This record gives sequence, C-alpha cells and structure tokens, in this order.
Amino acid sequence: MPPRTPLNPRPSIPLTVVTGLVLVYTLLPLAWLLVNATKDQNGLLDSFGLWFADDTHLWDNITRTLTYDDGVFVRWLLNTLLYVAAGAGGATVLAVLGGYALAKYRFPGRRAVFAVVLGAVAVPGTALAVPTFLMFSNMGLTNTPWAVIIPSLISPFGLYLMWVFAAEAVPTELLEAARIDGSGELRTFFTIALPLLMPGTVTVLLFSMVATWNNYFLPLIMIKDPDWYPLTLGLNAWNAQAQTAGGEAVFDLIITGSLLTIVPIVAIFLLLQRFWQSGLAAGSVKE
Amino acid sequence: MTLLSTSAQAAPPPRRRARSRLRKEALVGWGFAGPFVAVFGLVFLAPIGYALYLSLFKDRLIGGTSFVGLDNYGEALTDPRFWDGLARVGLFLLIQVPVMLGIALLVALAIDSGRLYGKSFFRVAVFLPYAVPAVVASLIWGFMYGTRFGLVGNINDAFGITLPDPLSPSLVLASIGNIVTWEFVGYNMLIFYSALKVVPRSLYEAAAIDGAGEWRVVTSVKLPAIRSALVIATIFSIIGSFQLFNEPSILQKLAPNAITSDFTPNLYTYSLSFAGQQHNYAATVAIVMGVITAIIAYAVQLRGMRKG
Repeated sequence: MPPRTPLNPRPSIPLTVVTGLVLVYTLLPLAWLLVNATKDQNGLLDSFGLWFADDTHLWDNITRTLTYDDGVFVRWLLNTLLYVAAGAGGATVLAVLGGYALAKYRFPGRRAVFAVVLGAVAVPGTALAVPTFLMFSNMGLTNTPWAVIIPSLISPFGLYLMWVFAAEAVPTELLEAARIDGSGELRTFFTIALPLLMPGTVTVLLFSMVATWNNYFLPLIMIKDPDWYPLTLGLNAWNAQAQTAGGEAVFDLIITGSLLTIVPIVAIFLLLQRFWQSGLAAGSVKE
Repeated sequence: MTLLSTSAQAAPPPRRRARSRLRKEALVGWGFAGPFVAVFGLVFLAPIGYALYLSLFKDRLIGGTSFVGLDNYGEALTDPRFWDGLARVGLFLLIQVPVMLGIALLVALAIDSGRLYGKSFFRVAVFLPYAVPAVVASLIWGFMYGTRFGLVGNINDAFGITLPDPLSPSLVLASIGNIVTWEFVGYNMLIFYSALKVVPRSLYEAAAIDGAGEWRVVTSVKLPAIRSALVIATIFSIIGSFQLFNEPSILQKLAPNAITSDFTPNLYTYSLSFAGQQHNYAATVAIVMGVITAIIAYAVQLRGMRKG
C-alpha cells in the first residue's frame, strides 16, 4: 500500500460525512421549495414540510402562477430577461474592454482608475442609492428600464477579474507580434486577445447575470410601476399582498414563482460550470 | 483604430518614435478603458458627489431648502436610531462572518484535500445557494421559520412541543444570520478553493518529505498561501454585513413586530428617504455609514497584510 501523503490521498468516509452535513444544510431549503411547489394551499397547511402531500398540484400551480393577475408573472420574467441581457451583457463588455486596457496598456491615470474602482466597492449601496435615485429622477429616468440597466453596467468585481485574467492569459509578445505584422489595435483585440480571454469573460458574464437576475434593492427604489418589475420585486409584492388585511394570500403562487425564478439561473450555472470555474481559478486570486 | 497602427508609418527619428508610440499607447488604452470609466463616473462618482452636496442642506417646512453646513452630520452622530442599527449590524458581523467563513474554509480544505467521495458534486451543490436571489432565499427560510406551514410548525406538531419562534424579536437577528450564511457560504468556499488550487503542489511534496502531517500542511502551507483570498473574503463580508438590507426588508413582512424600520442603517436610510422624504438627512446617514465601512475594511486589510 502506498504511503499516505498529501499528494496521494485516499477518500475518507468520516470527512465525507462531516462535509456532507454542510451539503444537507445548503440543499435542504431547495428541497423544501421543490416539495412545497407541488402543494396547494391546503396541502401547505396540512402536510409535513419536507414530504409531498397526498396529491400533486405542481402543474396546476405553474399554470396559475403564469396566468394569475393577467399573466403579470410572465411580464416580470420578460422584464428580468431584458435587464439581464442589457445590464449583464453590457457590464461584461465594459469589464472585458477595461480589464484588457488596464492589463496590457500603459496609460496615464491607469493606477488611479484601479484605485478608485476598488475604493468604490467599499461604498455601501444605500450611500449611492438615494443620490442615484434623485439624480435619475431629475433626468427623468426613474420608473423606466434605464434606471435598472444603467447602474447594472458597472461591475467592479468583473473589472478586477478581467484585469488579473488578461494580465495572465494574454502574452504581451503575442500582441507585439501582431503589431509588427501590421494588425490594428482593434483587430488584434478581436482576433488574438478575445479568444484567449474567453474563460474569464464567461465567468464575468455569469456573475453579472446572477447579480442582475437577483437584483432587488436597485429596482425597489427605481421602479414604482409593477409593469416594469423584475421577478424579485414581483415575488416581494405577492408576499406583501398576502400580509395585508383583505389582500389575497397566494403563498402557493409565491412558492411556485420562487421555484420558477431560480430554475433558469441555476440551470445556466450548472451547464456552464466547467467554464466559469476555470475562469475564476485563474483570475480571482493569483496576485 | 487601424490608423493608429505603427507599422506602416515612415520611420521617424528614434526618440520621436518612442514618444509618439507612448502617446499612441495612452490613446488606445483610454479608448478601451473609456467606456467603463465614463459609466462608472455616472453611476458611482456622480452620486457620491451629489450625496455630499445633499448632506449640506436641509429641507424645511417653511422657507424651502437651505444650506446648513455640517448640521446634518452632527444630528447623525447623535442619532440613537442610527447607532442602534449600527450596533445591531456590528453584533451580526462579529458572529455571522466568522461562522460563515469558517464553514466555507473547512469545506474548501476538505474538497482540496482530495479525500472526499464525490468532490465535484460537493463543489457545485454547496455553491448553489449563491445563485438563489436574496428575495427567494428570505422567502424560503421565512416560510420554513414560520409556525403555520414551516418546518418549525411541523416539528412543534409532530412532537407536541413549542420551539422558540425564529421570527421573534430576540431571535430574528440570528435567523437573518442563518439566511445570509446559507446564501454566501458556497461563494466564499469557491473563492478559497480557487485560491487553494493555484498553490504549487511541489510545496506539499516538500512539506511531506520534511515529515509534515496533513494538518501541519494545512496550517503551515495552505493557509499562508491563500492569505490574500482570506483577507479579500473577510473585507467583502464586512461590507456586506454593514449593507444588510434585502433579508430583513423581506422578512419584515413576515415579522413586522421584530424588524423595525431602523433595524439596520441601510433600512433606516431607505425609510428616511422613501417613507419620510428626508433626502438630505438620508444622504448624510449613508455617507457616515460609508465612511465607517471604508475605515473598518481598510483596517482589516492593513492588519491582514501585515501579519504576512
């Protein structure tokens, strides 16, 4: 039997069991959500939370969630898709261009850009929220999609990740060679740098997508009209409605709606995990 | 942009060529970084400046808005509603952040040790809650905490007991801590795990030859190697704690008596500006909070880096 060394480990049952406790903790609420999305209001009240009721209402719940109140949930879903496509897509483009510039060009103000961006991360959301709201209000942008999209375009984390990633993944000699061959800077970027930046780009895109898909605070202050709500705000509105006197309690719809809200984003993460994990490993911590 | 290419130009004297090359590089660099910087200025710097400006004025019922200098700051620094909220997030931070980062670190070390069955399943499954919106996480846990159709109610019914109510005023802060831990334990685990993955394996080999056991390798090689990741995760968690808003704001509907409108400084600024229309004072409280956060984050960074 080979000696046990840190380089040659054998799987350990006790360690797997202990770490498995954390796994149970992280998966339990998701299991609860899945199970309870199959119940109607009576089932929610009568049956045990972690097991199915006698009859399943999953399909019925999904249909009612999608059609309740003239299908407002679908509208919220489309709004969320718009915010994600424009906000996260734009944030990724800006972060890739900016990170590439910081890593590969010497220009005056480069250090300042980096310091200011990192410093700004420490500014609490509300310190910005109130004045951003007032500014956007003066500009006539509140209660429009722009109020959600424009602030989503900046991802300091994305810029940082792309900067570290570009410094490592794009050899400067390669760029020099392209220049000597007469390639313009834009063409060099698209044909040589961008393909090398792909793992980092996918990582930034995914994390921006989650941030935008899950955003609550920004739309909460910017959007008053339910027609422009994203899913998070809509679910919150349904929850508030259930708690007000005279409002219709729609707990079954909140639970099914929650499930429908997380399924797409979880699916994207699982499908693309190979890409984002490699991007994160290469970019996030090597300094 | 092709216009900027150096190659096709007639060769000028070397000195001038070097200088024009530098100028060109600066131009292209700003060309790529410009869009980010412009939007950043609009959504980060301009609001900060505007908040500073707002904080110097006061809206009066009679006479409109007038310049009051630093009066708002004096008011904020002696405002018990602000300090109570700050003390609450301070307590939250002292308990929740070490618990969350500790669990995250242990899981990352366990996965990295290569001694787990199903290691890639662990990595993905523990990370999953990060993809769940704070709204949904708070709703799920809020319902589970509930005595009506939540797990707490189920357990009470099944065993004929009365567990303490997680949504009561004395427990609600801990209940929020549990939600935040659940949401971010996997994210931090992934940061630590990514850092561990780039530690050169040869270090472990050398330690093993020197007779170091597994635990010794962890404390003497692995932890020092990922120090910067630990510091960054700590700073982000501190900032997150001070910004606590989403979870209490959503739970408020399920526990209106336990979560007041000034439960955290962030909730306080929100209710000041959107329920109370006190925009100037809200901006002041937000700035004070921002300064406190920045000071503490900076102190942690200094301390974290010095120990190395």
